[in-house]
Amino acid sequence: MTAVTTAPGPDPVPSGAGDEAPAAPVPGGPSATLRSRRRKQALLAYLLLLPAMVLFGVFSFYPFLRNFKLMLYETPPVPGLPAHFVGLHQIVPTITSTQFTQSLVTTLFFVVLVVPISLLAGLGLAVAAHRKLKGMAAYRVIFSSTVVSSVAVAAVVFGTLLNPVVGLLPWLGINPTPPALESSTWALPAVALLTIWQFLGLSFIIMSAGLQSVPDELLEAARIDGAGPWTRFWRMTVPLLSPTIFFAGVISTIYAFQAFGAVDILIGNQNAARLHTNVLIYNIVTELQIENNDGAAAIMAIVLFLILLVLTILQLRFLERRVTYAR
Amino acid sequence: MAQVSFDSVTKQFGDTTAVDSLTLHVADGELLVLLGSSGCGKTTALRMVAGLEEVTSGTVSIGDRIVNDVDPKDRDVAMVFQSYALYPHLTVAKNIEFPLRQRGVAKEERATKVKQAAETLGLATLLDRKPGQLSGGQRQRVALARAIVRQPLVFLMDEPLSNLDAALRAQTRADIVELQARLSTTTLYVTHDQVEAMTMGHRIAVMSEGKLQQVAAPEALYAKPANAFVARFLGSPGMNLVEGMLVESGTPDAEAESGRGALSVAFAGASVPLPAAVGDAVRGSGPEVVLGLRPEALHLSEDGAIGATVVIVELLGAETHVICHTETGATVIVRQSASAAKPKIGEAVRIAVDHDPDSYHLFDAADGTRLGGTT
Repeated sequence: MTAVTTAPGPDPVPSGAGDEAPAAPVPGGPSATLRSRRRKQALLAYLLLLPAMVLFGVFSFYPFLRNFKLMLYETPPVPGLPAHFVGLHQIVPTITSTQFTQSLVTTLFFVVLVVPISLLAGLGLAVAAHRKLKGMAAYRVIFSSTVVSSVAVAAVVFGTLLNPVVGLLPWLGINPTPPALESSTWALPAVALLTIWQFLGLSFIIMSAGLQSVPDELLEAARIDGAGPWTRFWRMTVPLLSPTIFFAGVISTIYAFQAFGAVDILIGNQNAARLHTNVLIYNIVTELQIENNDGAAAIMAIVLFLILLVLTILQLRFLERRVTYAR
Repeated sequence: MAQVSFDSVTKQFGDTTAVDSLTLHVADGELLVLLGSSGCGKTTALRMVAGLEEVTSGTVSIGDRIVNDVDPKDRDVAMVFQSYALYPHLTVAKNIEFPLRQRGVAKEERATKVKQAAETLGLATLLDRKPGQLSGGQRQRVALARAIVRQPLVFLMDEPLSNLDAALRAQTRADIVELQARLSTTTLYVTHDQVEAMTMGHRIAVMSEGKLQQVAAPEALYAKPANAFVARFLGSPGMNLVEGMLVESGTPDAEAESGRGALSVAFAGASVPLPAAVGDAVRGSGPEVVLGLRPEALHLSEDGAIGATVVIVELLGAETHVICHTETGATVIVRQSASAAKPKIGEAVRIAVDHDPDSYHLFDAADGTRLGGTT
């Protein structure tokens, strides 16, 4: 026990201690208590983080890191034989295989279909809902509702709408042969349509939030200065929203790169390759479950990870530069 | 060349009447200040001239043209916003150029005009900056430059100085007055600051709760406020208003001796005799009235008519404000020169009124209108 105590607790002070001049701060005295308090706080913080860390660890970090081990092993085509170590040798054959490159092209095509349309539609809806009209809140709820609908439900609904017998298309008198979901031309756009619809809610919410930050007075000033609605939109709203649009663009790209549920439910694995809807994640799952080729699947997963990593870095860099827009 | 006219203009937002049958004419080349506290409808009135708010009833005209249904861009007005509303993604030069560009002005002409406007407002070295890199005062000048660059018929200014610090505000106030005088462009200037109104306006229109209270030149508005609201709103501090009864009091002898009339305003513990001129003008009114006395028309004197207790003494350097409570609880502020003896807080004093008839303002107790005329 130290002689100098900084705690103003009810400890009985030894008689005579009061006669002494106030003790000079002992080196390390107060800072030691500060340090121990910090340590306690840090401990509590880690304790509170623990559940999340465990979840992330088990379901994200461990599987992710395990990919890097899996990619070094090749599973023989015959079931029952143990995987054998091939080192880095299967990387090049995997990523140059026709199956993979085609899947990559399909994915890129899919992204190009999904991203611009969902951004434009989200922006359009956000601008439309930004006006101060009665009942606009109801529209906002409707526009953002696709966020809370599950892929499975949406896919079933779209599948029904596109059904050649009971769907919306035949009802409208449009009856393509083969039906949209069995056509190698229209299957991917159909999946894209569902994905766009799904992402529309989030795109709308992000764009609406961005619009809130564009001051009304700016658009009013532009109006007085002679700008019509079109000019105000393109020369004021869009530039001021550009960080938001870019953010939504990256998010929707990442989202589109990871499309799986829509393909799986609308098209199914028998037809994916034939109908050119074999997007990356779908291809990975096929490689894993049908071909039983863990190593190749791991390599593809890592390639997808790298693509998304680059996109994320780009986004962070770009956003940082654009922050100077703030007034 | 353009005058701006409001003819019985009313603006309603749902059940709220923001502007209530406003009739007001701004002469060509005039700088008219719309003065009032926040929510009085002054900004709404301005926005109706700009075309940013629709008129519920009545007509707004610019020049000889009724502009109720004219698009803002076709009204040929320029507006300076309280927040300046500069385009943050454009440089200063592009900001100033924007209205010219929208009107299809040729490139060379645009460049010349932007340069002129920038030089007028001392922005020549800042043309390549973005608004985010400018100080508040510089942004304000860019907003002004953007307004003057296309030589509009009318300037509309919505509290353009309220985001500046006090020193800069005084400077910019003078700059705007000078600029407006030079360009002689009809200007509607909205402010809640009566100092701005008094120092800048050729005339001031005082508004309260959507209604126009009085329009007059600053001196006239100060000397003869049309009602108790205007009296209290103008001046710093505003006019003292004391409720009382108009009573016959003095004897003819007293009248002869002091030159004062037989009427006085009585309230608890005090009776303020009125000068003959004032008394004659208001005879027959009341009897319940509000007596208005400017702080500078009062002084502390042992034979003063009003008994009061000192509550606060504010030293302002050049002058002192002595804030007193009368026996009825009314607050009366006396403006003293710095050299006058300062009373102590809690001290009982007597307040005397100057003999000048112009020092006395009488208002109807019921509706606050001025008694005895405004001329």
